Amino acid sequence: MAATRERKVPALVDKPMDFCPGCGHGIVSRLIMEALEELDQLDNIIFPIGVGCSSNLGAGLECDRLHCCHGRAGAVATGMKRVSPDTLVVSYQGDGDAYNIGIAETFNAAYRNENITVIVINNTNFGMTGGQMSLTTMEGQKTSTSIYGRDCSVTGYPIRFPEIVAREFPGAAYAARGTVTNPANINKLKGYIKNALQAQLNHEGYSIVEVLSPCPINWGLTPVKAMERIEKELIPYYPIGEFKKRGEEQK
Amino acid sequence: MKVEINRARCKECGLCIHNCPKKCISKSTELNDAGYYPVQIDDEACIGCGICYTVCPDGVFHVLG
Repeated sequence: MAATRERKVPALVDKPMDFCPGCGHGIVSRLIMEALEELDQLDNIIFPIGVGCSSNLGAGLECDRLHCCHGRAGAVATGMKRVSPDTLVVSYQGDGDAYNIGIAETFNAAYRNENITVIVINNTNFGMTGGQMSLTTMEGQKTSTSIYGRDCSVTGYPIRFPEIVAREFPGAAYAARGTVTNPANINKLKGYIKNALQAQLNHEGYSIVEVLSPCPINWGLTPVKAMERIEKELIPYYPIGEFKKRGEEQK
Repeated sequence: MKVEINRARCKECGLCIHNCPKKCISKSTELNDAGYYPVQIDDEACIGCGICYTVCPDGVFHVLG
């Protein structure tokens, strides 16, 4: 038998959390902590946490965090970073928080090229409040506020924010999108998160990682079927990969 | 035993059962405190690969190594 290595949930998130069964948030929060552990930064971290399902992270964390007003984590993170430039500031938000409600703060933080890391969990709806339509809802997707399916001619098209950062902001250090659908993608995502944190550690500038995450409850699917929906419907529209690598010059 | 299970954490989402390469994870028949049927592992078939740890959203598994 091949030798195996010990793997245990890092102590900072080793508490029961209130996420729904099959939610991707639990995986992502564990990956962030594993990346921090590998970078030896577990005692040098503060999380500005958005409002929504991402707020549940606060209940399971054993480190500094601040629950921001809805959507304002980008602005709060800016303040934190400017006051203590050597502390890692990782804002943890959902798509409704970072894009719908807080697009101004998220956009401006990226525009100013603040040296922060933004983790956005994109589950294509407002999960906590009952699955309302968000900016990332797919065309034709039924939610509690788009009961006939999203009509993009009236509501606009789903936003692809990491691509905007990579294309429009020359100073930004890192932009990527990952997903949690299978072990290979989860391991890739951990690499993206680690890159984003490393960029911040080296004072390279703004870094963002968006995560396509399932919302089995509001999608009305089982956890396994929700993962399949991401692979079939979401990844063709939201490609995964690194859109701006570290140290890459603007084209 | 190669993998330790924290029964209280399990929410019965089934991602580990779906992804296990040896198909050695199954649901047990006893409820935990939260009202779910937590998973159990067939130690004979388990190879300790850690896939269950990787996909679990709730920190149920501890791969002993």
